Order: sequence, then structure tokens, then C-alpha cells
Amino acid sequence: MGSGHGHALYVHEHSFIHRMAPQAKLLAAIGMVASVAITPREALWAFGIYAVAVAGLFVASRVRLRYLFVRLLAVAPFVLFAFFIPFIASGEKVELGPFNVSVEGLWGAWNILIKATLGASVSILLTSTTEIPDIFRGLAALRIPALFISIATFMIRYLELIIDELGRMRIAMTSRGYDPRWIAQARPIATSAGAMFVRSYERGERVHSAMLSRGFTGEMPIFKQTEPTPAQWAVVSMFVATFVAIATTALVVT
Amino acid sequence: MILGMHAPDGFLNPGTAVVTGIISLVVVGFALRQSREQLKDKAIPLAGVTAAFIFAAQMFNFPVAAGTTGHLLGGALAAILLGPSVGIIVVTIVVVVQALAFADGGLTALGYNVLNMAIIPAAGGFAVFRLLRRVFPQNAGGVIGSTGVAAWASVVMAAIAFSIQWLFGASAPVPFDTVFGSMVGVHALIGIGEGIISALAVGAVLASRPDLVYGARDLDRTQLAEAKVGTRAFVIGGVLVALVFAAVVSQFAVDNPDGLERVAEDTGFIDSGEDHSLADFIFADYATAGVSNEALSLAIAGIVGTIVTLLVAYGLFAGMRESRGRDPASV
Repeated sequence: MGSGHGHALYVHEHSFIHRMAPQAKLLAAIGMVASVAITPREALWAFGIYAVAVAGLFVASRVRLRYLFVRLLAVAPFVLFAFFIPFIASGEKVELGPFNVSVEGLWGAWNILIKATLGASVSILLTSTTEIPDIFRGLAALRIPALFISIATFMIRYLELIIDELGRMRIAMTSRGYDPRWIAQARPIATSAGAMFVRSYERGERVHSAMLSRGFTGEMPIFKQTEPTPAQWAVVSMFVATFVAIATTALVVT
Repeated sequence: MILGMHAPDGFLNPGTAVVTGIISLVVVGFALRQSREQLKDKAIPLAGVTAAFIFAAQMFNFPVAAGTTGHLLGGALAAILLGPSVGIIVVTIVVVVQALAFADGGLTALGYNVLNMAIIPAAGGFAVFRLLRRVFPQNAGGVIGSTGVAAWASVVMAAIAFSIQWLFGASAPVPFDTVFGSMVGVHALIGIGEGIISALAVGAVLASRPDLVYGARDLDRTQLAEAKVGTRAFVIGGVLVALVFAAVVSQFAVDNPDGLERVAEDTGFIDSGEDHSLADFIFADYATAGVSNEALSLAIAGIVGTIVTLLVAYGLFAGMRESRGRDPASV
């Protein structure tokens, strides 16, 4: 998360996906991921089509696939969990090399693996082609309560500042020769967390009075909205419709 | 383990995702309305900056033992410092932004991620905190002690909630006993770190700005200065209780190896993927498969589920009663 200005995962490129209005992109991402989530795991062909479609979108977005794979490592802990399922699950057993694993467990593991990977890929595509302020604009256009969005915007604005401040506290501690390794030594860490809360809260109060002095009335200014073009709606509806159709077919067939 | 991170898409079945999504929406909407009354326009910058603090705290590792680290979940801490409704909103925003803007956690998993990582730790943790405040002495030591136990309990409650969701929405035939035993057992241990760090953090805030601790608003400065905390005795006692709890609960995970063998012969079960009636779609029967004493599991799930739900509801409404009764500007 060290890449500068609050758009941690954003990859600067020029593509129709980057230019697309954020609310359209959000709806497309949610529609696609929801279709993947309801697809029965036995419909291997459906997941094949999804994977090709998502990969195609990545190529179209000009975000390098290598970037996708690096980011996918974030879901690796769950992959690890899925890997254990065939061994601890019940049901009919099959020989798989030297192991005796559960058939149902293998299906369960496959189900989590493929859906987690596809879902995370769509999320990564969304975040790598949309700057964070645009995501909030999209949410505002989708009628998410303004209070929620305003708080989230403030959070992003002050996040790196606070992370850096915590980092500086850490460096100050280690440079004085203290490197706690056991939970019994947790007091300095917890105390710095407490100090950090007081600093954050007081910063919030200062920001609030600064805003009041600049004429803040309790309402955040309305975001400048970009309406999706008809062409963008067409692309989004086509993709979502295709995904929903595949999911429905898969539900009916299996 | 699992709660420390955000569940991806497809982890629980679609029916569970929808039901938990609706519950989360209703509770967060309720908390939003409540906190608007409580905080007025001050809410925006204050909640925003403290949300950034919780976000940062989740990235901030603390030592567990010899080089391994854990990190704070922060739900109970946020609720005790800010009150349950603002606490819920702050942690919900952290979880939602992590999914939408940082691709951390599945979009269709948001329902149960928000429920397990924001609502249950914040509201449930605050409920335990409030109940303990009545038992513990009315001074800084009592607040810090209650925070420690409440933060530990918040992690355990989240693990219980996940196990019960698994009962309804399992995506693989891992029996409820195994999931409950290992999830709750592991988190009873992980929660020790959460409890110690949260308690000490609240102690540090009490030492410098006691007026910022929502959970200690009823105490004045003389009461706060009154007693020092017997940290050492408290920590040792707490760790022992948590260890015993973890040991008892994890018995569920291992008590019944024969059950797996027995079900292996029950071939009728394996074809369960064939029928897609609506009931199967919403409630997977995986979680009770391979459990020798199904009634006992269900009873445990029912009892602990009810307790967690009651505590969460108590936390939500306790916050509302307090905020009505007091000066909102003091938060």
C-alpha cells in the first residue's frame, strides 16, 4: 500500500474501462461477481467462460496480467484454507497420489478457489482502473447515504498520514533499541496505539474547526457526477447479461 | 486466522450471503441514523479520521511470540472509544472500503464480512463491556479490565458467528463440530492479544484524554485517578481463562474421528449435489453431515447463537439509551 496518493491499487492507463463512469463499473463488477457466486460448482464450462471474459477485460484495460497475479496473492491465505478442506471433509474418499481425500471436500475446495479467484480478479480490475475518489463518486450516484461516503472519503484522505505516523513511532521505538517479540512486551505498542487514537481524534477536531471556519454547514459538497454514456451502459449491460445468462443456464443444466 | 482477513467470494453459499447482507444493511442503517443524532456534523471529520486510525491499527502488527505477529481487529476498541453506533459505522466503512477500493474481501462476501468483522465485534464487545462495568470497580482499572475481557469476547463472538453461518451456508462438507471447535478455539487464543492491546490502548487514552473514552463517560477525573490497575494479575488470570476455554472448545474439533468413516459408507449423501431445491440453495446440509450427535451440535449452535444475538442487540440499544440521556457534544 505504499504507492503514494491514496489510489493504492490504481494503475494509470488509457482504456475504455478507465474512462467508464464509476457507477457503471461498480454495477458491472457486482453483477459479474454475483453471477459467479450463484453458479453451481459442477458447471466447469461456465467458469471457463467467466475466466476468459475476465482475462479479456484485463487485456482491454491494458493492466498487465502480471499485476493481477501479484495482487491475487492477497487471497492466498484462503487458498491455503481451501487446500485443507479435502483432508478434513467427510464423504466418499478417493486416492489422490499418496493421500486419501474426500470427493465432496475436493468439490468444496474447487468451489472456494474458483469463485474467490474470479471475484478477486474482478475486484482488482475495478480498483486498478478506478481512482478511489471516483469509486466514492460512483457510490454516491448509486444512492449510498452521503454520511457514509463522506466519512469514507475522510478516512482515505487521512489514512496514509496516520499509517506514516504509526510507522514513525515504530522507527522511534526500534532506533532506541526496543524490539518487542512477546505479547508480554506489548505495552509500548498498545500505548502508542492509544496515543495514536488521541492524536487522530484531536486531528479530527482540528479539521472540523478548520472546516467550520471555512463555512462548513454540516453537509458535504455534492460530488461532480459523470453520467455513463449510452455506449458504456451498452457494454455494461452486455457483460452483466452474459454473466447472468451463463449462471442461469448453469443452474438449470446442473 | 480466518477472521483476521476478509472472506473472498463463494466462501459461504449465496443464500447466506444475501441473508447476512440484509442483516448488515439494516443494522448499519440503524447505526447511521442513531449516530447522526448523536454526533451532528462533527461526525464526518471525527469518524473519518478515527476510521483511518482503525484501518491503520489493522495493519499494525503486534508481537505474539518469538517473531510471529498478530494484528488488531479493533471492533470492540472502536465501540468502547466511540460508542457502539459510531463504532459500528467506523469499522463497517473500513471493511467496505477495503473490499471496494483495495480488493480485499469479496464483493458478494460483504454481508458476512461486515457482520462478522464490524457489527458483532463492535455491538457484542460493547455489550460485554457494559455488563462488566457493573461488576468491576468504578475506576480506571475497572474500565481497562472490562475493555480487555470485552475485546477478547468480541473476537470469540465473531468466530462463533462465523461457525453458525457455516452451519447454514457451508460450501464444503466440513462438519459444524470441526469448524466450531477449531474457529472458536483458535480465536479464543488470538483474542488474548486483542484483549491485552485494546485494554492497554484504552488505558493510554484514559491517562491523557479520559473525556475521549465513550465507555468511561460516567466517571469523573477523581474516580479515574483513584486506583492503579493490577495489570499483571489481570493479564495472567485472563490468559488462563482463555486457555481453558480454548482447550474445552477445541474438543469439538477432535472428539469424533469415527463419524467421518461412518458417513463415508453412507453413499446417499454424496449425491446431494444433484438436487437443487430452494431449501438446499439457502441452507446447505453440509455442516451437520458427519456429526455423530447432530442434536447436540444444533443445540450448541442455537444457544451460543442466541447469546451472541442478544448481546449484539443489547449493545446496539444500550448505545442509543446512553446517547439520548447525555450531552451529545461530549463525544
